[in-house]
Amino acid sequence: MFDYNFHWRPVLKTLPDLIQAGLTTLEVASLSMLIGIVLGLCLALMRMNMTGPLKWFAVSWIELARNTPALFQLFFFGFGLGAIGINLTPYTIILTGLSFNCAGYLAENFRGGFQAVPDTQLKAARCLGMNAWQAYTRIVIPQVFRVVYHPITNQMVWAVLMSSLGMLIGFRELSGETQFFASRTFRIFEYFAVTAVLYYIIVKIVLAASRLLAMRLFRY
Amino acid sequence: MQESMSFFTGFGLNDLWFLGEAALKTLWISVLSISIGTLLGTFFGWLLHEGKWVATFTIAPILDVFRSVPLIIQLVLFYNFAPIIGLNFDPFASGVVILTLYTAALVASVARGGIESVPPSMRRASRSLGMSYWQDLFHVVLPIGGRAVFPAWVGVVLGVMKDSALVSVLGYVELLKASQVLITRTQEPLLILAIAGAFYFALSYPISRYAHKFEQRWSK
Repeated sequence: MFDYNFHWRPVLKTLPDLIQAGLTTLEVASLSMLIGIVLGLCLALMRMNMTGPLKWFAVSWIELARNTPALFQLFFFGFGLGAIGINLTPYTIILTGLSFNCAGYLAENFRGGFQAVPDTQLKAARCLGMNAWQAYTRIVIPQVFRVVYHPITNQMVWAVLMSSLGMLIGFRELSGETQFFASRTFRIFEYFAVTAVLYYIIVKIVLAASRLLAMRLFRY
Repeated sequence: MQESMSFFTGFGLNDLWFLGEAALKTLWISVLSISIGTLLGTFFGWLLHEGKWVATFTIAPILDVFRSVPLIIQLVLFYNFAPIIGLNFDPFASGVVILTLYTAALVASVARGGIESVPPSMRRASRSLGMSYWQDLFHVVLPIGGRAVFPAWVGVVLGVMKDSALVSVLGYVELLKASQVLITRTQEPLLILAIAGAFYFALSYPISRYAHKFEQRWSK
């Protein structure tokens, strides 16, 4: 029954490459989260405060991002745009795809966050003589940020996990690199087992970092 | 004589049926794994709540692994691991097994939150009225806690339905894989991806709207 010989040596030999690829995964995930946070904030504000085409743009972005698989979105940015002559590199595909997806999910989180901050806060800030920009950036957004901090952390974990889809569009982040080595050595199980462990470690590092940052940010 | 032969043929009505059938396959694998996974996850959630430290050191870390490793890695790993221990699973069965465990891991934390959302005083009151432990669990905790975490559960359901697209990696022809097949034949990525996206949207959007309505009715 159990006549499979495990060969861990080739995996260990390429471990530095895998860790390097793990850093690429982190890089892509963090970059797309940064873009996603900025875009998501804009989308949430557009959905709440605008009317007409701008609102519909935001609503359709959010609903499309939330109601179709991330892999579908990546295929769209890869093959779909390729068909009309826009050829993106795998790195750009995964970055745009993840940012698109994160922005949609984060926009809904931000909307919840904005609704959790009472209107009176904004009014009070305006009464104290702040202009709209100051009131938003100094009073409202810091409070929103506190509410959405935990969802943002979750989304960051999702971004790390979703970046594994890069494997299917030929991007060499952690999964892509693993597949590359696995198909070269045929040690599929061993390679993917090590990669699973690496992902687990990356996710734990992200969660720990977020907890440390929270302690630093929300001291009082 | 024929001058040249084309391997590519246009998109026809038959292909729409093909995509529709594939959408049903997506639906089937999702329904199957979500229903088993929810039952299993609820049980795990109850164990997590009741088990105190025994559960904290046994099933909690295992469930955590399923949440911290990308689904695609889990699928590839299981698909290649099953033959090693002498199980011959086809892509569909492997997909169902992993999606079920993945759902169970996500539902477990939801279910635990649901049980914990019922105030202890209410449970004590039901026990004081002469209900047995199980009566209390099924007639008090289930309706009240279930209501509290229903939106979170719908989120899990929608997530798993979209993530079922990843089973295509193993070669199971569901909606996204079917669109890939058609793209290869017709060379019209934009059109076919748009149709596939519309199918996903049609599967996912009504559920999210319906859940939203429920939520509003219950929160009144």
